[in-house]
Amino acid sequence: MPDTADILRLESLQVHFPIQRGLFDRVLGRPAGAVRAVDGIDLNIGRGEIVALVGESGSGKTTVGRVITKLAQPTGGRLLFEGRNMTAERGSSALRPYRHRVQMIFQDAYQALNPRHTVFDIVAEPLRSLRLVDNVTQLAERVSKALAAAGLNPAGDFFSRFPHELSGGQRQRVVIAGALAVKPELIIADEPVSMLDVSIRAQILQVLVDLRDKHNMALLFITHDLPLAWLIADRIAVLYLGKLVEIGSADEITFNPRHPYTVALRNATPQIGGNAGRAVLPALQGEVPSAARVPKGCRFHPRCPLTFDRCKKEEPPPIEVGPQHLSACWLAK
Amino acid sequence: MTNSSQDKAPLLDVNCLSVDYGLKGVSLRAIDRVSFALQAGEAVGLVGESGSGKTTTAMAIAGLLSPNARVSSGEVRYRGSRLPIDDDAAMRPHRWCETSVVFQGAMNALNPVHRIIKQIAEPCMLKLGMSRGEATARARELLGLVGIPTDRGSAYPHELSGGMRQRVMIAMALACRPSIVIGDEPTTALDVITQAQILKLLGELRSRLSLALILITHDLSVVAECCDRVMIMYAGRIVEDGTVAEIFAQPKHPYTRLLIESIPNPASGKKMIRPIPGDPPNLVNRPSGCAFHPRCPSAMGVCGTEVPSLDQFGRGRVACHLHRSSRGDKVAVHA
Repeated sequence: MPDTADILRLESLQVHFPIQRGLFDRVLGRPAGAVRAVDGIDLNIGRGEIVALVGESGSGKTTVGRVITKLAQPTGGRLLFEGRNMTAERGSSALRPYRHRVQMIFQDAYQALNPRHTVFDIVAEPLRSLRLVDNVTQLAERVSKALAAAGLNPAGDFFSRFPHELSGGQRQRVVIAGALAVKPELIIADEPVSMLDVSIRAQILQVLVDLRDKHNMALLFITHDLPLAWLIADRIAVLYLGKLVEIGSADEITFNPRHPYTVALRNATPQIGGNAGRAVLPALQGEVPSAARVPKGCRFHPRCPLTFDRCKKEEPPPIEVGPQHLSACWLAK
Repeated sequence: MTNSSQDKAPLLDVNCLSVDYGLKGVSLRAIDRVSFALQAGEAVGLVGESGSGKTTTAMAIAGLLSPNARVSSGEVRYRGSRLPIDDDAAMRPHRWCETSVVFQGAMNALNPVHRIIKQIAEPCMLKLGMSRGEATARARELLGLVGIPTDRGSAYPHELSGGMRQRVMIAMALACRPSIVIGDEPTTALDVITQAQILKLLGELRSRLSLALILITHDLSVVAECCDRVMIMYAGRIVEDGTVAEIFAQPKHPYTRLLIESIPNPASGKKMIRPIPGDPPNLVNRPSGCAFHPRCPSAMGVCGTEVPSLDQFGRGRVACHLHRSSRGDKVAVHA
């Protein structure tokens, strides 16, 4: 179970990507625009906690993951790991201890694995580059343990195999084993099961939940799938156009969503059987606007079925609507 | 061919269809003795994992099999007459005019250098012999039908969002007024909210134009929302066939049951992860007997040796040795 001290904290995290201006724009002195991929996010993850970050494509969820793993540099705000400010840390040697403790699982196991490396080399690579082992025996032992923890048994059978010899589920397990090998305390999993067949998904989720239960590992689970987030996470954070619109316990967000966007997301999710509380609000029209042209006021107001005057002018702050449940909506009160 | 809804002659009748793919001198069976009937206006979901043969089944019906595919048994009948599904030229009058396909990757299926109005008008000119002016007028009408503002017709595919591009694909599929539309994972690449919009559009068009719809998907919950009937495929065979209501309430085949249980369903209130053991079958090394037996929690001795036939069971069909005891009213679909 999650304990109280946060392992990771994001404070007003912001990632803006500048838009290249043409000569014409510069001559005319038009201001440089920016894609506001992540536009001020506050989020904390406790030790051993599973937090799901839910959003559609373009919501900025992957960018958040990339900032945490130091693959992207924030343009504002702070990234705190165990209270230590990691925002400005750069360079591979300075980041080595951090990389040892924070690992990432990518969505596409086909692209994340080097096709010319064996499974052993793939899983051994982070151990070698972070210099976590002294000799080959130790290395083999760690690789073997990581493969077994990811559900590849017997591990020895997989050492000399290449990615193309594995099924999709096995490949995703190798990706997970690579992340596990260094025994991280926080894993960022970016859509780890969305490329997998339905019958394999549950196996991978089980591996991730076991890691938390046995090793108290914290997990940021990035997904577009609300029911999946409910299944695996303790808390769910819903992202829209670079900003959190709602955050709360998995059950609260699923059964008692308070932000119109979360409600729309839930209503749009196809479900087997009962859809109690469905169709309370009309279906959303249109599509997510570009992050280069974020609407004024509440960024959801052009699509929101409940918009009123204030939404067009002022951006709502996160408002407490229940214990540990925040919703950034003027109607939340 | 037996089917529960036998009242009227089916629009489409697939009988004992098998398709093999030739691969480096080896022949792989992608679908194996698939039989089903489709009534006019019916919406059927064809559900399976990758490699289960759902796309091969649909492409065979549309006469779009790849050159290395061979129909090794069976036939497809459309309004009572046999379709030349393995003859590309002979299928041409049928394809698009009677059966059309909405493909998954709209970005790959659309021509990037042509305006969308031209691409929608093209089948009208080629298939219906319309003049350019007539075809463009028809294309405008189709844009309206799928909910794209007519002035967006001059846009190029890259200027449209994923949902809009998928609407263009639907407009093209409807251009020649077909009776059957096959959706090959039409919403898989889309966001949930866009997916809901597209599924709603397909449902509306279906009732308005009385289309029969075959929806190929790996997502059972999509089928639950927009189909009348669902067929579950595993390793090239249909393992269960029934109405959406029956299959979700009382799945007969263990694979169907495990598949339903593995989908997170907040409405059930049960927060449990139930993995299906093992890996999906490899077509090169198809398990003997029932292809699901190595992963099946209810497997018995006979499952490893004998292939269960797809038999009538209640109002649906199921291929499982567990449901053989109550033979009484069953009719074997194939020997």
